[in-house]
Amino acid sequence: MPNMDLKKCPMPSQEPNVRNKNFKEVALGYTPEMAVNEAKRCLQCKNHPCRSGCPVDIDIPGFIAQVAEGSFEAAYQVLAASSALPAVCGRVCPQESQCEGKCVRGIKGEPVAIGRLERFVADWHRENTDTTPAKPTPNGHKVAVVGAGPSGLTCAGDLAKLGYQVTIYEALHVAGGVLMYGIPEFRLPKAIVQKEVNGLKDLGVDIETNMVIGKVLTIDELMGEYGCEAVYVASGAGLPRFMDIPGESLKGVYSANEYLTRVNLMKAYQPGSRTPIQKSHAVAVVGGGNVAMDAARCAKRLGAETVYIVYRRGMAELPARREEVEHAEEEGIIFKTLCNPVEVLGDENGCVKGMTCVEMELGEPDASGRRRPIVKQGSEFTLEVDTMIMSLGTSPNPLIRSTTPGLDADKHGCIITNGPDGLTSRPFVYAGGDAVTGAATVILAMGAGKEAAKAIDAAIQAKQ
Amino acid sequence: MFKIVKKRALNPTVSEMVIEAPLIAKKAQPGQFIIVRAKADSERIPLTIAGYDRAAGTVAIIYQIVGGSTMQLDSLAEGESVQDFVGPLGKATEIEGLKNVCVVGGGVGCAIALPVARALHEAGAKVTGIVGFRDKNLVILEEEFAACCDELIIMTDDGSHGRKGVVTLPLEEKIQQGANFDEVITIGPLIMMKFVVGVTKKYNVKTVVSMNPIMVDGTGMCGGCRLTVGGKTKFACVDGPDFDGFEVDFAEAMQRGSMYREFETHAREAACNLLKAEVQ
Ligand SMILES: Cc1cc2nc3c(=O)[nH]c(=O)nc-3n(C[C@H](O)[C@H](O)[C@H](O)COP(=O)(O)OP(=O)(O)OC[C@H]3O[C@@H](n4cnc5c(N)ncnc54)[C@H](O)[C@@H]3O)c2cc1C
Ligand code: SF4
Ligand code: FES
Repeated sequence: MPNMDLKKCPMPSQEPNVRNKNFKEVALGYTPEMAVNEAKRCLQCKNHPCRSGCPVDIDIPGFIAQVAEGSFEAAYQVLAASSALPAVCGRVCPQESQCEGKCVRGIKGEPVAIGRLERFVADWHRENTDTTPAKPTPNGHKVAVVGAGPSGLTCAGDLAKLGYQVTIYEALHVAGGVLMYGIPEFRLPKAIVQKEVNGLKDLGVDIETNMVIGKVLTIDELMGEYGCEAVYVASGAGLPRFMDIPGESLKGVYSANEYLTRVNLMKAYQPGSRTPIQKSHAVAVVGGGNVAMDAARCAKRLGAETVYIVYRRGMAELPARREEVEHAEEEGIIFKTLCNPVEVLGDENGCVKGMTCVEMELGEPDASGRRRPIVKQGSEFTLEVDTMIMSLGTSPNPLIRSTTPGLDADKHGCIITNGPDGLTSRPFVYAGGDAVTGAATVILAMGAGKEAAKAIDAAIQAKQ
Repeated sequence: MFKIVKKRALNPTVSEMVIEAPLIAKKAQPGQFIIVRAKADSERIPLTIAGYDRAAGTVAIIYQIVGGSTMQLDSLAEGESVQDFVGPLGKATEIEGLKNVCVVGGGVGCAIALPVARALHEAGAKVTGIVGFRDKNLVILEEEFAACCDELIIMTDDGSHGRKGVVTLPLEEKIQQGANFDEVITIGPLIMMKFVVGVTKKYNVKTVVSMNPIMVDGTGMCGGCRLTVGGKTKFACVDGPDFDGFEVDFAEAMQRGSMYREFETHAREAACNLLKAEVQ
């Protein structure tokens, strides 16, 4: 008999007023009993609408059925058939607009907690099985991957399993991409990411950090003297956008990437860290995505008394995962929606002392289908803050496209591919993840890596 | 890990390190920079490439000990290794087609000016070098400059070596005497570059400045290195570090440059508006 409870089994979490002062993970994870109980809420629908909402088509009822039986390792194998990073995706996917958004149980009551179950299964597997994989037999072909974010890691893993000799070149000093430098510890523990990275090393993947492709080596060199038969470009979309309003260069204005990099990658949150970060009293984060929520919640944890999210549309339009918005509200982040900054104000030392904002109202839907925010006349007001964090989106950096002749990119700098297999305008050069789509999601980046691995394998095999 | 094959003090606060980094040595061009992390818990700091030996596979960096990060770097001895060494980053200084150039360096900036002067010299350009220091004890790389400059003018603030005064003095004289430079390339403290541009603008001599703002990643990811150039936001690490001196907003760059000064020197917790009081 299915469990007909209308609500998801609640996620055990740290208390809001405790967790907003530490960087430990917020959500603590289901116990096996909770997982089995929640899995029993699944009706095992024949047409499984949830699956159509999953960008990588995970057999959702299939893995949930195994959880309901208490066969957690079998459940893991179902997940692993479609996803390379279930422990990550279970934590960071926007389930409400993907699988859970389609779940039949969501029509009356809450959908099945697919994300929490995915996380539980992946964590259970990591903690209970010895996973050192057997090294595959080499097939004698070499492939290079640029960028060690979720997309590059996935592509490398899949190719390595097929016997390819894969080298990942990563610009930073650690592998993981946004999973390491962007998403904070309290949402995605770094140990989980490093476990995935170590798993790849066990498969024989070589990870070269401190290698900025386009500078120290070009794609042409990788395919020439380095003997790589194909390259997968997964260099992400890291270049932050600013608003181009007066005062944006004052001291105390950060891009979200800089703020988060200092906190996460350079560990500014740990006592004794050598990376400076300003101690703030009142912080305004401009933007409404996951990145904005992460920056705001980091600022709170670093001791800021007041933290605002300033967003030009309404609460309903916030693009962040719903859970992150709820967590942020619980932690005391103040949402100033329908509000847009027009100027940053500085003091005599060039430090931020506030910002001038205008109120907005929503007009007709624009090209993206979202209602366009319009300025309310005469609504200017000042918000007193000493730190401003700009979280307005990012685009791919120019390092690869400017040094790879014949590699086409669009006007935003995104690499152009000829479809889901990721082939670019250059033969045997593939691309995927944020480098192609612009800032998107972990699951799409991972999915693109999987598709490209298949396409690269097919192309290399076809050559012979 | 990248091995320090040689280390020497150039003056009491400035040292040179030669690092084994064959791939970077193969690609390095004058004007480019690297990012170094001395130890596993160190900051990432950008340093301009002061020289490279493609055959030996080494890259030289010259740094002034100004705060925690450079102190940590300096604590490493010859034979030890730095944790991370990334590069060559940024765009190379454009020297093609230049026939008659004045290279103006100030303080530790001279370390960066040297490879540019050298490359110009090797390309057959006439090079006038003007280098400025506070006093005689701080003079670095004099011989090296002499070897690649057709004329070398050394300036010190107190006149203890070379001529007394600031670098803009001989620069303006030269221009007035009809030196007819194709271009002035200047590298040094922001305030010095600002004054150099003040002079060259008067005579409309094209001037390239090498900016060294705060950086974290050096790949265009953090925006910490942003500057306003010609009214537009530019990222020094990918769009620079060289920019048209007439277009750079120096006032803003100087303000941003002081962001972490108090942190680097001592007061870790001091709030931004305490900065002035802290330093005095
Ligand atoms: C703060 C933050 C929070 C987010 N939260 C979520 C979330 O909750 N859910 C979700 O689904 N998505 C989230 N995202 C988005 C998600 O992280 C990205 O869509 C995803 O990481 C993209 O993966 P990728 O592999 O394409 O690129 P990245 O993860 O960006 O990895 C690219 C890697 O390439 C490296 N690189 C760049 N240029 C070069 C070069 N020239 N040579 C070598 N290496 C290079 C970079 O250093 C980086 O490590 C978030 C993003 C951020 C910034
Ligand atoms: S839609 Fe919901 S109830 Fe139906 S199979 Fe998917 S998870 Fe189970
Ligand atoms: S150093 Fe981070 S963008 Fe330039």
